[in-house]
Amino acid sequence: MKKLLAAVAAAVALAGCGVSGPGLVPPTSPPAVTGEITVFAAASLTESFKELGAEFEAANPGSKVNFNFAGSSALAQQINQGAPADVFASAAPANMKQVTDTGAVTASPTTFVKNTLQIVVPKGNPGKISGLPDFAQADKKIALCAEQVPCGAAAKKVFQVAKVTPAPDTLEQDVKAVLTKVQLGEVDGALVYRTDVKAAGDKVQGIEFAEADQAVNDYPIAPLAKAPNAAAAKAFVDYVLSDKGRKALAEAGFAAP
Amino acid sequence: MLPALIGLAFLLVPLAGLLAKAPWATLPSQLFSPEVGQALQLSLVCASLATVICLLFGVPLAWLLARGDVPGRGFLRALVTVPLVLPPVVGGVALLLVLGRRGLVGQYLDQWFGVSLPFTTTGVVLAEAFVAMPFLVISVEGALRAADPRFEEAAATLGASRWLTFRRVTLPSVMPGVVAGTVLCWARALGEFGATITFAGNFPGKTTTMPLAVYLALETDPDAAIVLSIVLLLVSVGVLAGLRDRWIGGAT
Repeated sequence: MKKLLAAVAAAVALAGCGVSGPGLVPPTSPPAVTGEITVFAAASLTESFKELGAEFEAANPGSKVNFNFAGSSALAQQINQGAPADVFASAAPANMKQVTDTGAVTASPTTFVKNTLQIVVPKGNPGKISGLPDFAQADKKIALCAEQVPCGAAAKKVFQVAKVTPAPDTLEQDVKAVLTKVQLGEVDGALVYRTDVKAAGDKVQGIEFAEADQAVNDYPIAPLAKAPNAAAAKAFVDYVLSDKGRKALAEAGFAAP
Repeated sequence: MLPALIGLAFLLVPLAGLLAKAPWATLPSQLFSPEVGQALQLSLVCASLATVICLLFGVPLAWLLARGDVPGRGFLRALVTVPLVLPPVVGGVALLLVLGRRGLVGQYLDQWFGVSLPFTTTGVVLAEAFVAMPFLVISVEGALRAADPRFEEAAATLGASRWLTFRRVTLPSVMPGVVAGTVLCWARALGEFGATITFAGNFPGKTTTMPLAVYLALETDPDAAIVLSIVLLLVSVGVLAGLRDRWIGGAT
Protein backbone atom coordinates (compact mmCIF):
# COMPACT_ATOMS: atom_id res chain seq x y z
CA MET A 1 0.00 0.00 0.00
CA LYS A 2 2.76 2.40 0.96
CA LYS A 3 4.54 1.71 -2.31
CA LEU A 4 1.39 2.37 -4.23
CA LEU A 5 0.87 5.65 -2.40
CA ALA A 6 4.44 6.67 -3.10
CA ALA A 7 3.95 5.86 -6.76
CA VAL A 8 0.77 7.89 -6.85
CA ALA A 9 2.49 10.77 -5.13
CA ALA A 10 5.38 10.67 -7.55
CA ALA A 11 2.96 10.56 -10.43
CA VAL A 12 1.13 13.56 -9.08
CA ALA A 13 4.36 15.46 -8.74
CA LEU A 14 5.17 14.61 -12.34
CA ALA A 15 1.71 15.59 -13.51
CA GLY A 16 2.04 18.84 -11.64
CA CYS A 17 5.24 19.66 -13.49
CA GLY A 18 3.88 18.60 -16.85
CA VAL A 19 0.78 20.74 -16.95
CA SER A 20 2.23 24.13 -17.65
CA GLY A 21 0.05 25.13 -20.56
CA PRO A 22 -3.36 24.18 -21.87
CA GLY A 23 -1.99 22.36 -24.91
CA LEU A 24 0.64 20.33 -23.12
CA VAL A 25 -0.01 16.72 -22.23
CA PRO A 26 2.08 15.06 -19.53
CA PRO A 27 4.69 12.83 -21.15
CA THR A 28 3.49 9.72 -19.34
CA SER A 29 -0.10 9.08 -18.36
CA PRO A 30 0.15 8.42 -14.62
CA PRO A 31 -2.63 6.82 -12.57
CA ALA A 32 -4.22 10.16 -11.78
CA VAL A 33 -5.74 10.86 -8.41
CA THR A 34 -9.48 11.33 -8.71
CA GLY A 35 -12.49 11.86 -6.53
CA GLU A 36 -13.28 14.38 -3.86
CA ILE A 37 -11.15 15.17 -0.85
CA THR A 38 -11.99 17.34 2.10
CA VAL A 39 -9.21 19.42 3.58
CA PHE A 40 -9.61 20.91 7.05
CA ALA A 41 -7.23 23.87 7.20
CA ALA A 42 -6.47 26.67 9.63
CA ALA A 43 -8.24 29.94 8.84
CA SER A 44 -4.92 31.62 8.09
CA LEU A 45 -4.41 29.23 5.17
CA THR A 46 -7.63 30.29 3.43
CA GLU A 47 -6.20 32.18 0.45
CA SER A 48 -3.07 30.12 -0.14
CA PHE A 49 -4.81 26.74 0.16
CA LYS A 50 -7.64 27.78 -2.14
CA GLU A 51 -5.00 28.56 -4.73
CA LEU A 52 -3.16 25.29 -4.09
CA GLY A 53 -6.46 23.43 -4.31
CA ALA A 54 -7.23 24.88 -7.72
CA GLU A 55 -3.73 23.96 -8.93
CA PHE A 56 -4.11 20.46 -7.53
CA GLU A 57 -7.43 20.02 -9.33
CA ALA A 58 -5.90 21.22 -12.58
CA ALA A 59 -3.02 18.78 -12.18
CA ASN A 60 -5.37 15.93 -11.36
CA PRO A 61 -8.38 16.01 -13.69
CA GLY A 62 -11.37 14.42 -12.02
CA SER A 63 -10.29 15.46 -8.56
CA LYS A 64 -12.16 17.94 -6.42
CA VAL A 65 -10.79 19.59 -3.28
CA ASN A 66 -13.28 20.84 -0.70
CA PHE A 67 -12.07 23.06 2.11
CA ASN A 68 -13.24 23.69 5.63
CA PHE A 69 -11.43 26.73 7.00
CA ALA A 70 -11.79 27.57 10.67
CA GLY A 71 -9.83 28.00 13.86
CA SER A 72 -7.43 25.05 14.27
CA SER A 73 -8.91 24.07 17.62
CA ALA A 74 -12.45 23.96 16.21
CA LEU A 75 -11.21 21.80 13.33
CA ALA A 76 -9.36 19.44 15.69
CA GLN A 77 -12.54 19.09 17.70
CA GLN A 78 -14.61 18.33 14.60
CA ILE A 79 -12.08 15.73 13.47
CA ASN A 80 -12.12 14.05 16.87
CA GLN A 81 -15.91 13.95 16.69
CA GLY A 82 -15.64 11.99 13.44
CA ALA A 83 -15.90 14.64 10.75
CA PRO A 84 -15.21 12.97 7.36
CA ALA A 85 -12.04 14.89 6.53
CA ASP A 86 -9.09 13.64 4.47
CA VAL A 87 -6.37 16.11 5.41
CA PHE A 88 -5.75 18.35 8.42
CA ALA A 89 -3.49 21.41 8.22
CA SER A 90 -3.17 23.09 11.60
CA ALA A 91 -1.71 26.47 12.52
CA ALA A 92 0.04 24.99 15.55
CA PRO A 93 1.47 21.65 16.68
CA ALA A 94 -0.76 21.76 19.80
CA ASN A 95 -3.92 21.37 17.72
CA MET A 96 -2.35 18.64 15.60
CA LYS A 97 -1.52 16.85 18.85
CA GLN A 98 -5.22 16.95 19.76
CA VAL A 99 -5.94 14.66 16.81
CA THR A 100 -2.84 12.45 17.03
CA ASP A 101 -3.68 11.81 20.70
CA THR A 102 -7.02 10.30 19.76
CA GLY A 103 -5.63 8.32 16.85
CA ALA A 104 -7.53 10.33 14.26
CA VAL A 105 -4.14 10.98 12.70
CA THR A 106 -1.61 8.14 12.74
CA ALA A 107 0.82 9.37 10.09
CA SER A 108 3.50 11.63 11.47
CA PRO A 109 2.64 15.27 10.70
CA THR A 110 5.05 17.32 8.59
CA THR A 111 5.73 20.97 9.27
CA PHE A 112 5.18 22.72 5.95
CA VAL A 113 5.40 26.44 6.80
CA LYS A 114 6.09 28.84 9.62
CA ASN A 115 4.22 32.02 10.38
CA THR A 116 4.69 34.97 12.69
CA LEU A 117 2.41 37.67 14.00
CA GLN A 118 2.16 41.24 12.86
CA ILE A 119 0.25 44.22 14.20
CA VAL A 120 -2.60 45.10 11.88
CA VAL A 121 -4.47 48.40 11.83
CA PRO A 122 -7.19 49.81 9.56
CA LYS A 123 -6.00 51.83 6.60
CA GLY A 124 -4.66 55.20 7.77
CA ASN A 125 -4.15 53.89 11.31
CA PRO A 126 -6.97 55.98 12.90
CA GLY A 127 -6.13 54.67 16.39
CA LYS A 128 -2.47 55.73 16.00
CA ILE A 129 -1.08 52.35 17.02
CA SER A 130 2.68 52.22 16.86
CA GLY A 131 3.67 49.14 18.82
CA LEU A 132 2.70 46.49 21.34
CA PRO A 133 2.54 48.93 24.32
CA ASP A 134 -0.49 50.59 22.67
CA PHE A 135 -2.37 47.31 23.15
CA ALA A 136 -2.43 47.94 26.90
CA GLN A 137 -4.35 51.21 26.59
CA ALA A 138 -7.98 50.93 27.59
CA ASP A 139 -9.17 53.69 25.24
CA LYS A 140 -8.00 51.81 22.15
CA LYS A 141 -10.25 49.16 20.65
CA ILE A 142 -8.23 45.98 20.42
CA ALA A 143 -9.09 42.56 18.98
CA LEU A 144 -7.09 39.42 19.66
CA CYS A 145 -7.63 35.73 18.95
CA ALA A 146 -9.00 33.66 21.81
CA GLU A 147 -6.24 31.76 23.61
CA GLN A 148 -7.73 28.47 22.43
CA VAL A 149 -6.71 29.13 18.82
CA PRO A 150 -3.07 29.23 17.69
CA CYS A 151 -2.98 32.94 16.88
CA GLY A 152 -4.23 33.67 20.40
CA ALA A 153 -1.61 31.42 21.96
CA ALA A 154 1.08 33.14 19.92
CA ALA A 155 -0.24 36.57 20.91
CA LYS A 156 -0.10 35.60 24.58
CA LYS A 157 3.53 34.61 24.12
CA VAL A 158 4.62 37.87 22.47
CA PHE A 159 2.87 39.93 25.12
CA GLN A 160 4.69 37.96 27.82
CA VAL A 161 8.02 38.58 26.11
CA ALA A 162 7.21 42.26 25.63
CA LYS A 163 5.98 42.50 29.25
CA VAL A 164 2.76 44.12 28.10
CA THR A 165 -0.62 43.30 29.59
CA PRO A 166 -3.04 43.74 26.69
CA ALA A 167 -6.52 45.20 27.21
CA PRO A 168 -8.47 43.53 24.39
CA ASP A 169 -12.13 44.36 23.72
CA THR A 170 -12.85 41.05 22.07
CA LEU A 171 -11.31 37.60 21.82
CA GLU A 172 -12.30 36.19 18.45
CA GLN A 173 -12.72 32.56 17.50
CA ASP A 174 -10.28 32.60 14.60
CA VAL A 175 -7.74 34.87 12.96
CA LYS A 176 -10.00 35.79 10.03
CA ALA A 177 -12.68 37.03 12.43
CA VAL A 178 -10.07 39.33 13.97
CA LEU A 179 -9.03 40.56 10.55
CA THR A 180 -12.66 41.28 9.61
CA LYS A 181 -13.05 43.53 12.64
CA VAL A 182 -9.97 45.47 11.51
CA GLN A 183 -11.16 45.69 7.90
CA LEU A 184 -14.51 47.05 9.07
CA GLY A 185 -12.67 49.62 11.18
CA GLU A 186 -14.35 48.38 14.35
CA VAL A 187 -11.05 48.04 16.18
CA ASP A 188 -7.95 50.23 16.22
CA GLY A 189 -5.47 47.40 16.26
CA ALA A 190 -5.10 43.65 16.36
CA LEU A 191 -2.53 40.89 16.15
CA VAL A 192 -2.83 38.55 13.17
CA TYR A 193 -0.39 36.54 11.09
CA ARG A 194 1.72 38.46 8.62
CA THR A 195 0.19 36.32 5.87
CA ASP A 196 -3.27 37.61 6.79
CA VAL A 197 -2.09 41.21 6.56
CA LYS A 198 -0.73 40.43 3.12
CA ALA A 199 -3.92 38.66 2.01
CA ALA A 200 -6.13 41.52 3.21
CA GLY A 201 -4.58 43.89 0.67
CA ASP A 202 -4.72 47.64 1.03
CA LYS A 203 -7.70 47.79 3.38
CA VAL A 204 -5.33 47.32 6.27
CA GLN A 205 -1.74 48.14 7.21
CA GLY A 206 0.77 45.89 8.90
CA ILE A 207 3.24 47.08 11.53
CA GLU A 208 6.30 45.01 12.40
CA PHE A 209 7.32 44.51 16.01
CA ALA A 210 10.50 43.09 17.45
CA GLU A 211 8.97 40.39 19.65
CA ALA A 212 7.25 38.66 16.70
CA ASP A 213 10.19 36.27 16.33
CA GLN A 214 9.58 34.97 19.85
CA ALA A 215 6.35 33.26 18.83
CA VAL A 216 6.86 31.39 15.59
CA ASN A 217 3.99 29.09 14.71
CA ASP A 218 4.85 25.83 12.97
CA TYR A 219 2.09 24.61 10.67
CA PRO A 220 1.87 20.81 10.55
CA ILE A 221 -0.09 18.89 7.91
CA ALA A 222 -1.10 15.22 7.85
CA PRO A 223 -3.58 12.90 6.15
CA LEU A 224 -6.19 11.45 8.48
CA ALA A 225 -6.15 7.80 9.47
CA LYS A 226 -9.72 7.31 8.30
CA ALA A 227 -9.52 9.53 5.24
CA PRO A 228 -12.40 8.58 2.90
CA ASN A 229 -10.08 9.14 -0.06
CA ALA A 230 -6.70 8.10 1.30
CA ALA A 231 -4.78 8.15 -1.99
CA ALA A 232 -5.87 11.65 -2.86
CA ALA A 233 -5.28 12.81 0.71
CA LYS A 234 -1.66 11.66 0.52
CA ALA A 235 -1.33 13.23 -2.89
CA PHE A 236 -2.62 16.56 -1.63
CA VAL A 237 -0.21 16.57 1.32
CA ASP A 238 2.63 15.78 -1.08
CA TYR A 239 1.48 18.57 -3.35
CA VAL A 240 1.58 21.07 -0.48
CA LEU A 241 5.10 19.85 0.38
CA SER A 242 6.25 19.93 -3.27
CA ASP A 243 8.33 22.76 -4.70
CA LYS A 244 5.25 24.23 -6.37
CA GLY A 245 3.33 24.15 -3.15
CA ARG A 246 6.16 25.73 -1.19
CA LYS A 247 6.52 28.43 -3.79
CA ALA A 248 2.82 29.36 -3.59
CA LEU A 249 2.97 29.43 0.20
CA ALA A 250 6.13 31.55 0.15
CA GLU A 251 4.39 34.02 -2.14
CA ALA A 252 1.58 34.29 0.39
CA GLY A 253 4.15 35.38 2.97
CA PHE A 254 4.74 32.12 4.84
CA ALA A 255 8.29 31.29 5.90
CA ALA A 256 9.87 27.96 4.99
CA PRO A 257 10.05 25.46 7.87
CA MET B 1 -49.23 8.13 18.18
CA LEU B 2 -45.99 6.76 16.72
CA PRO B 3 -45.09 9.96 14.82
CA ALA B 4 -45.67 11.89 18.02
CA LEU B 5 -43.33 9.58 19.91
CA ILE B 6 -40.69 9.87 17.20
CA GLY B 7 -41.03 13.63 17.37
CA LEU B 8 -40.65 13.58 21.13
CA ALA B 9 -37.63 11.28 20.99
CA PHE B 10 -36.02 13.44 18.33
CA LEU B 11 -36.27 16.45 20.60
CA LEU B 12 -35.30 14.76 23.83
CA VAL B 13 -32.61 12.22 22.94
CA PRO B 14 -29.91 14.84 22.20
CA LEU B 15 -30.59 16.40 25.60
CA ALA B 16 -30.34 12.97 27.22
CA GLY B 17 -27.03 12.51 25.40
CA LEU B 18 -25.77 15.70 27.01
CA LEU B 19 -26.68 14.35 30.43
CA ALA B 20 -25.22 10.91 29.70
CA LYS B 21 -21.86 12.38 28.65
CA ALA B 22 -21.67 14.81 31.55
CA PRO B 23 -18.48 14.62 33.62
CA TRP B 24 -20.35 14.15 36.90
CA ALA B 25 -17.18 13.80 38.97
CA THR B 26 -15.82 17.24 38.14
CA LEU B 27 -19.24 18.81 37.71
CA PRO B 28 -19.46 20.68 41.02
CA SER B 29 -16.04 22.30 40.71
CA GLN B 30 -16.73 23.39 37.13
CA LEU B 31 -20.23 24.51 37.97
CA PHE B 32 -19.21 26.98 40.63
CA SER B 33 -16.22 28.42 38.83
CA PRO B 34 -16.31 32.21 38.54
CA GLU B 35 -16.28 32.00 34.74
CA VAL B 36 -19.51 30.02 34.65
CA GLY B 37 -21.20 32.33 37.13
CA GLN B 38 -20.10 35.37 35.16
CA ALA B 39 -21.31 34.02 31.84
CA LEU B 40 -24.61 32.83 33.28
CA GLN B 41 -25.29 36.14 34.98
CA LEU B 42 -24.48 38.03 31.81
CA SER B 43 -26.74 35.74 29.79
CA LEU B 44 -29.69 36.16 32.11
CA VAL B 45 -29.31 39.94 32.40
CA CYS B 46 -28.87 40.47 28.66
CA ALA B 47 -31.72 38.17 27.66
CA SER B 48 -34.04 39.89 30.14
CA LEU B 49 -33.07 43.39 29.00
CA ALA B 50 -33.49 42.34 25.37
CA THR B 51 -36.96 41.02 26.22
CA VAL B 52 -37.91 44.33 27.85
CA ILE B 53 -36.82 46.19 24.70
CA CYS B 54 -38.80 43.75 22.55
CA LEU B 55 -41.90 44.28 24.70
CA LEU B 56 -41.60 48.08 24.59
CA PHE B 57 -41.31 48.22 20.82
CA GLY B 58 -42.66 44.85 19.71
CA VAL B 59 -46.16 45.07 21.17
CA PRO B 60 -46.92 48.43 19.49
CA LEU B 61 -45.47 47.05 16.27
CA ALA B 62 -47.68 43.97 16.53
CA TRP B 63 -50.66 46.24 17.07
CA LEU B 64 -49.72 48.25 13.97
CA LEU B 65 -49.46 45.08 11.90
CA ALA B 66 -52.73 43.64 13.17
CA ARG B 67 -54.93 46.72 13.42
CA GLY B 68 -53.07 49.64 11.95
CA ASP B 69 -54.26 51.35 8.81
CA VAL B 70 -50.99 51.29 6.90
CA PRO B 71 -50.51 50.63 3.20
CA GLY B 72 -48.60 47.49 2.29
CA ARG B 73 -49.26 45.82 5.62
CA GLY B 74 -48.68 42.33 4.23
CA PHE B 75 -45.28 43.33 2.91
CA LEU B 76 -44.41 45.01 6.20
CA ARG B 77 -45.42 41.87 8.05
CA ALA B 78 -43.10 39.82 5.86
CA LEU B 79 -40.23 42.25 6.47
CA VAL B 80 -40.66 42.07 10.23
CA THR B 81 -40.18 38.32 10.16
CA VAL B 82 -36.95 38.56 8.16
CA PRO B 83 -34.71 38.22 11.24
CA LEU B 84 -36.43 34.85 11.80
CA VAL B 85 -35.11 33.38 8.57
CA LEU B 86 -31.91 35.37 8.45
CA PRO B 87 -28.93 33.39 9.71
CA PRO B 88 -28.03 35.12 12.99
CA VAL B 89 -24.45 35.70 11.81
CA VAL B 90 -25.84 37.69 8.88
CA GLY B 91 -27.91 39.66 11.36
CA GLY B 92 -24.72 40.38 13.27
CA VAL B 93 -22.95 41.57 10.14
CA ALA B 94 -25.93 43.79 9.28
CA LEU B 95 -25.86 45.29 12.77
CA LEU B 96 -22.12 45.95 12.42
CA LEU B 97 -22.63 47.71 9.11
CA VAL B 98 -25.31 49.95 10.58
CA LEU B 99 -24.35 50.40 14.22
CA GLY B 100 -20.61 49.71 14.06
CA ARG B 101 -18.06 52.46 14.52
CA ARG B 102 -17.91 53.00 10.78
CA GLY B 103 -21.54 52.02 10.22
CA LEU B 104 -24.29 54.07 8.59
CA VAL B 105 -25.66 55.22 11.93
CA GLY B 106 -22.84 54.14 14.20
CA GLN B 107 -20.33 56.64 12.82
CA TYR B 108 -22.53 59.50 14.03
CA LEU B 109 -23.09 57.86 17.40
CA ASP B 110 -19.31 57.69 17.69
CA GLN B 111 -18.60 61.22 16.42
CA TRP B 112 -21.38 63.06 18.22
CA PHE B 113 -21.81 61.14 21.42
CA GLY B 114 -18.64 59.06 21.65
CA VAL B 115 -20.79 55.94 21.81
CA SER B 116 -19.46 52.76 20.25
CA LEU B 117 -21.76 49.75 20.48
CA PRO B 118 -19.71 46.76 19.25
CA PHE B 119 -17.85 44.84 21.95
CA THR B 120 -20.12 46.16 24.71
CA THR B 121 -22.81 44.55 26.83
CA THR B 122 -25.28 46.97 25.22
CA GLY B 123 -24.23 45.44 21.91
CA VAL B 124 -25.12 41.98 23.23
CA VAL B 125 -28.57 43.21 24.28
CA LEU B 126 -29.14 44.82 20.87
CA ALA B 127 -28.05 41.71 18.98
CA GLU B 128 -30.34 39.54 21.09
CA ALA B 129 -33.27 41.92 20.73
CA PHE B 130 -32.80 42.03 16.96
CA VAL B 131 -32.98 38.28 16.66
CA ALA B 132 -35.70 37.71 19.27
CA MET B 133 -38.19 40.51 18.55
CA PRO B 134 -39.97 38.79 15.63
CA PHE B 135 -40.98 35.93 17.93
CA LEU B 136 -42.80 38.36 20.18
CA VAL B 137 -44.31 40.37 17.33
CA ILE B 138 -45.68 37.33 15.52
CA SER B 139 -47.16 35.85 18.63
CA VAL B 140 -48.81 39.10 19.78
CA GLU B 141 -50.01 39.92 16.30
CA GLY B 142 -51.63 36.49 15.99
CA ALA B 143 -53.44 37.01 19.26
CA LEU B 144 -54.57 40.50 18.21
CA ARG B 145 -55.95 39.23 14.95
CA ALA B 146 -57.81 36.45 16.69
CA ALA B 147 -59.30 38.83 19.27
CA ASP B 148 -62.74 40.22 18.57
CA PRO B 149 -62.46 43.92 17.62
CA ARG B 150 -66.09 44.50 18.58
CA PHE B 151 -65.13 44.77 22.24
CA GLU B 152 -62.80 47.60 21.37
CA GLU B 153 -65.46 49.25 19.27
CA ALA B 154 -67.89 48.96 22.17
CA ALA B 155 -65.34 50.56 24.49
CA ALA B 156 -64.83 53.35 21.98
CA THR B 157 -68.58 54.03 21.67
CA LEU B 158 -68.68 54.28 25.46
CA GLY B 159 -66.18 57.11 25.25
CA ALA B 160 -62.91 55.38 26.08
CA SER B 161 -59.81 56.88 24.52
CA ARG B 162 -57.64 54.76 22.24
CA TRP B 163 -54.99 54.36 24.91
CA LEU B 164 -57.56 53.41 27.56
CA THR B 165 -59.16 50.93 25.16
CA PHE B 166 -55.79 49.42 24.39
CA ARG B 167 -54.83 49.19 28.04
CA ARG B 168 -58.11 47.97 29.51
CA VAL B 169 -59.68 45.98 26.68
CA THR B 170 -57.18 44.96 24.01
CA LEU B 171 -54.19 44.09 26.15
CA PRO B 172 -56.05 41.85 28.63
CA SER B 173 -57.72 39.95 25.81
CA VAL B 174 -54.38 39.19 24.11
CA MET B 175 -52.45 38.59 27.32
CA PRO B 176 -51.85 34.87 26.67
CA GLY B 177 -50.30 35.78 23.32
CA VAL B 178 -48.13 38.44 24.91
CA VAL B 179 -46.92 36.08 27.63
CA ALA B 180 -46.22 33.26 25.17
CA GLY B 181 -44.40 35.69 22.90
CA THR B 182 -42.39 37.10 25.79
CA VAL B 183 -41.30 33.63 26.88
CA LEU B 184 -40.32 32.67 23.33
CA CYS B 185 -38.49 35.95 22.91
CA TRP B 186 -36.58 35.52 26.17
CA ALA B 187 -35.68 31.94 25.34
CA ARG B 188 -34.44 32.91 21.90
CA ALA B 189 -32.39 35.77 23.35
CA LEU B 190 -30.86 33.47 25.97
CA GLY B 191 -29.66 31.04 23.33
CA GLU B 192 -28.47 33.70 20.89
CA PHE B 193 -25.00 33.02 19.50
CA GLY B 194 -24.30 34.10 15.92
CA ALA B 195 -25.39 37.72 16.00
CA THR B 196 -23.82 38.20 19.42
CA ILE B 197 -20.35 36.91 18.56
CA THR B 198 -20.38 38.81 15.27
CA PHE B 199 -21.63 42.14 16.54
CA ALA B 200 -20.58 42.20 20.18
CA GLY B 201 -17.47 40.04 19.99
CA ASN B 202 -16.33 37.87 22.84
CA PHE B 203 -14.86 39.13 26.08
CA PRO B 204 -15.40 37.45 29.47
CA GLY B 205 -17.62 39.44 31.79
CA LYS B 206 -18.61 41.89 29.09
CA THR B 207 -19.91 40.01 26.08
CA THR B 208 -19.22 36.31 26.70
CA THR B 209 -22.69 34.90 27.24
CA MET B 210 -23.25 31.21 27.95
CA PRO B 211 -23.60 30.13 24.30
CA LEU B 212 -20.30 31.83 23.45
CA ALA B 213 -18.63 30.26 26.47
CA VAL B 214 -19.92 26.85 25.38
CA TYR B 215 -18.57 27.34 21.87
CA LEU B 216 -15.10 28.35 23.01
CA ALA B 217 -14.92 25.70 25.70
CA LEU B 218 -15.80 23.05 23.13
CA GLU B 219 -12.56 23.77 21.30
CA THR B 220 -10.24 22.89 24.16
CA ASP B 221 -12.25 21.30 26.92
CA PRO B 222 -15.36 19.45 25.71
CA ASP B 223 -16.19 18.42 29.29
CA ALA B 224 -16.46 22.04 30.35
CA ALA B 225 -18.64 22.71 27.32
CA ILE B 226 -21.00 19.93 28.41
CA VAL B 227 -21.19 21.35 31.92
CA LEU B 228 -21.94 24.83 30.58
CA SER B 229 -24.58 23.40 28.26
CA ILE B 230 -26.26 21.55 31.11
CA VAL B 231 -26.33 24.71 33.23
CA LEU B 232 -27.93 26.67 30.40
CA LEU B 233 -30.33 23.82 29.73
CA LEU B 234 -31.44 23.54 33.35
CA VAL B 235 -31.86 27.29 33.79
CA SER B 236 -33.91 27.62 30.59
CA VAL B 237 -36.08 24.60 31.33
CA GLY B 238 -36.59 25.81 34.88
CA VAL B 239 -37.67 29.27 33.84
CA LEU B 240 -39.87 28.05 30.98
CA ALA B 241 -41.55 25.39 33.10
CA GLY B 242 -42.13 27.89 35.88
CA LEU B 243 -43.68 30.42 33.55
CA ARG B 244 -45.78 27.84 31.75
CA ASP B 245 -47.44 26.63 34.91
CA ARG B 246 -47.98 30.05 36.27
CA TRP B 247 -49.18 32.07 33.31
CA ILE B 248 -49.54 30.24 30.05
CA GLY B 249 -51.14 27.18 31.56
CA GLY B 250 -53.49 29.25 33.65
CA ALA B 251 -54.45 31.57 30.85
CA THR B 252 -55.50 29.00 28.28
